[in-house]
Amino acid sequence: MEEILSRAKKVTEQAEVFQISSKRTPVHFQANRLKQIQTKESASTALRLIKGGKIGFSQASGFIEPETLVNMAMETYQFSMPAKFNFPSSNVYSQIDIFDPQIDEVTIDDMVELGEKLITAMRQHTPDILCEASVTKGIISVHIINSEGGEASYGKSFFDLSLEGVLIQNDDMLFVGDSQSSCRPIFNFKTVAKEVTRQLELAKKIVSISTKSMPVIFTPRGVASALMAPLVSAFNGKIVLDGASPLKDKRGEKVFDENFSLWDDATLPYQIASCPCDDEEVPSQRTPLIDHGVVSQFLYDLQTAALANTQSTGNGSRHGGLPTPSPSSLIIGEGDVPFRDMVKDIKQGLIIDQLMGAEQGNLLNGDFSGNVLLGYKVEGGEIVGRVKDTMVSGNVYQVLKQLEAVGQETRWVGGLLRTPCLYCPSLSVATKAG
Amino acid sequence: MRDELADVLKGHNADYVEIRLEESQITRIIYRGERLEEVGTTSSVGGNVRALVKDGWGFVSFNHADKLRDKVELAIKQARLVGKEDSKFSQIEPVVDIVIAKTKRNPTTVPLASKKQLLDEYNDIILSTPKIQTSNIGYHDSRRKITFANSEGTYIEQNKLDLNLRLTAIATEDGQVQQIGLSLGSQGDFSAIEGLQDQVREMAQRAVRLLSAPHAKGGEYTVVLDPVLAGVFAHEAFGHLSESDFVYENQRLCDIMVLGRRFGDEHLNIVDGAAVPGLRGSYKYDDEGVPAAKTYLIREGILESRLHSRETAAKMGEMPTGNARALNYVFPPIVRMTNTFIEPGSVSLEDMLSDIKEGIYAKDWYGGTTSLEMFTFSAAEAYMIRNGKLAELLRPVVLSGNVFVTLNNINAIGNDLQMSQGGGCGKGQQVPLPVSNGSPHIRIRRCLIGGG
Ligand SMILES: [Zn+2]
Repeated sequence: MEEILSRAKKVTEQAEVFQISSKRTPVHFQANRLKQIQTKESASTALRLIKGGKIGFSQASGFIEPETLVNMAMETYQFSMPAKFNFPSSNVYSQIDIFDPQIDEVTIDDMVELGEKLITAMRQHTPDILCEASVTKGIISVHIINSEGGEASYGKSFFDLSLEGVLIQNDDMLFVGDSQSSCRPIFNFKTVAKEVTRQLELAKKIVSISTKSMPVIFTPRGVASALMAPLVSAFNGKIVLDGASPLKDKRGEKVFDENFSLWDDATLPYQIASCPCDDEEVPSQRTPLIDHGVVSQFLYDLQTAALANTQSTGNGSRHGGLPTPSPSSLIIGEGDVPFRDMVKDIKQGLIIDQLMGAEQGNLLNGDFSGNVLLGYKVEGGEIVGRVKDTMVSGNVYQVLKQLEAVGQETRWVGGLLRTPCLYCPSLSVATKAG
Repeated sequence: MRDELADVLKGHNADYVEIRLEESQITRIIYRGERLEEVGTTSSVGGNVRALVKDGWGFVSFNHADKLRDKVELAIKQARLVGKEDSKFSQIEPVVDIVIAKTKRNPTTVPLASKKQLLDEYNDIILSTPKIQTSNIGYHDSRRKITFANSEGTYIEQNKLDLNLRLTAIATEDGQVQQIGLSLGSQGDFSAIEGLQDQVREMAQRAVRLLSAPHAKGGEYTVVLDPVLAGVFAHEAFGHLSESDFVYENQRLCDIMVLGRRFGDEHLNIVDGAAVPGLRGSYKYDDEGVPAAKTYLIREGILESRLHSRETAAKMGEMPTGNARALNYVFPPIVRMTNTFIEPGSVSLEDMLSDIKEGIYAKDWYGGTTSLEMFTFSAAEAYMIRNGKLAELLRPVVLSGNVFVTLNNINAIGNDLQMSQGGGCGKGQQVPLPVSNGSPHIRIRRCLIGGG
């Protein structure tokens, strides 16, 4: 990569080379049985350059001649937008624990055994369940250098255990599932098993619900599937800059419930979204987004921050192209009401555990509307069963403006969001009549 | 290359081995409002090996294709750790073929300056519309060369082109944000995205009109879907359920999806097939080297067949249909749709609307997903139908339902089949895979609409 940088430096004002390589080993189970073992190795190199004040970009997976990569980027810069930033010259980063050498010691046999134990536990609870599961371990190494003397390199390990179960009775299908991720190996299947068992218990009976507005509790998985996509979009510095975020002029204003706080944190030890710096060498940090209901900050990369006259928050992340603002780990602050008490408080209402298709609505406006893939009816302070053929719709800003309560217990969903349950006083529920 | 791969594939103790090598070049252009946010080129070389031993699979993907024989051995070793029973894998005739991409106006040879000029023009049209806050434009074109060889003697080189354009107009007023998008694609004809000025202008104006449109009230309605949305419906509501990898190891689902079961009335025909030339889901061979076909999923309302890979076909005792597809070399092939459509009937749109007292006319695609049993998909544009006539514009609606009930509730099929090419299908992590969907207008009674 030094050769790419030195060639690029000869023909441009500034340049940056980003290299990432990874090796992951997923073990897949299908229909309760071990199905496939994979080894996936990948290596790619991206070149970003600034010439005539404009940004050129090229990327290659696998081998490429340094000269070819430079030429590809040189073909693009003249069409591109002006660069408003300089590549950072920093090369010292604080230590964040994201690599666990123990990952090397986990064998394929260990992973197979973990998956089998999890599936066995599920079948002991519900013999007819069909499980798809995967156990994955991997390592990633990242190296970034630029013409301004900046350099960063780090290695990250990761491990993931996930399970999706389906239970079919006549024409009814019940979908349950959970996953757990960490930079450290997971040896115990019980966290996932316990969550899925809880879902199966609550879903045993199918009950009907009526079309009207009613109180709704979003479980952590419900929060992730229903409410997060519009928020992630609204706090993206680019969307704010475009003027397409409803929060664009709301910094410092109280827009959400005072018990609602949200922040982004790439510095948490052993979380899969953590790293010492982002994909353009800006150090990682914790960024408050909503502080007790008040809109605090937005997420930025270097270019967007420069255009918005602010600083990068270290959220420049690459998804096969140029860095763009993306969240790392998102955390919703816990409240003080136990889940049990929320349920007790409801005469007739709904618990949403999984909403399907919510992200298809008008995300920018905060609208969500989806099918309740997994949800439970509450009657007289008790969960009475699972609902079917039910849609909910609402607006994230209206839901989060006034919450009845924020849960005491928090949990990670998919390794990227930690959240409590959220209890909202009223939401529109539509269902098939009979 | 052919001899080299044949040599590497020789002399292994496995039931089946295949190698796929891929070279590709992708150009992306992204606009956000006035900013041309990204112009970049990505080149990629990589490949994979997949091995079957005693019904267990091993899979190895890589960017560096050196020591290919070691990779074959690793895949076989992994497969052996999994395999415990006799492999079942459909027999097909080995093929040797080289397939050249057919193209009218090859997008990968259109100069970047011309692409930019065209997109600039569309962007200006959107941004000059009053009350439009901003725009999003995502363009990509790609050319790929895929070399496939297996231990049965098949050797296929396929060259593919793909082109996709999505334009979005975003309107704002008083803290309200509304957006409308337009998705187009082609298998390698740049002219498919030229000359859209009027359509783009109309789209931007419609986004503005949405600002003052009311929400639909949630509940059950008779809905009429336009060809674009009905195509998405065919894909989401039924297409995914026809993918046999969901079905073949699931006895209960096999019982539900039993061939011969009635799903709709006698006018309903749903087809999938890559053999139709020139659509985005078209190809000559799938990613297991099986020739493309045309498959009737539903014929005259009755479940006739389903989509297969070589494994699912063998395990269900049916014929392979050429539907095993991989997004790229990073993934093994899985059962996927290609070009999926509802065949046209005889009802005109006017007749379809005429006996609806109160209903919803839903147009154009915004997104869609399925859990097999339940599906949801969203319309970008919707109108109330009152007394047989189109009435006021509504905010975009999300439609949802149960596939087993809803197909039976289709009570009119139009005479105006239209294919749309802007879609990308997701399954597992393999997204977006080029597909096309289509349908004439259809009418569905008792369809669930999410309110606002
Ligand atoms: Zn799909």
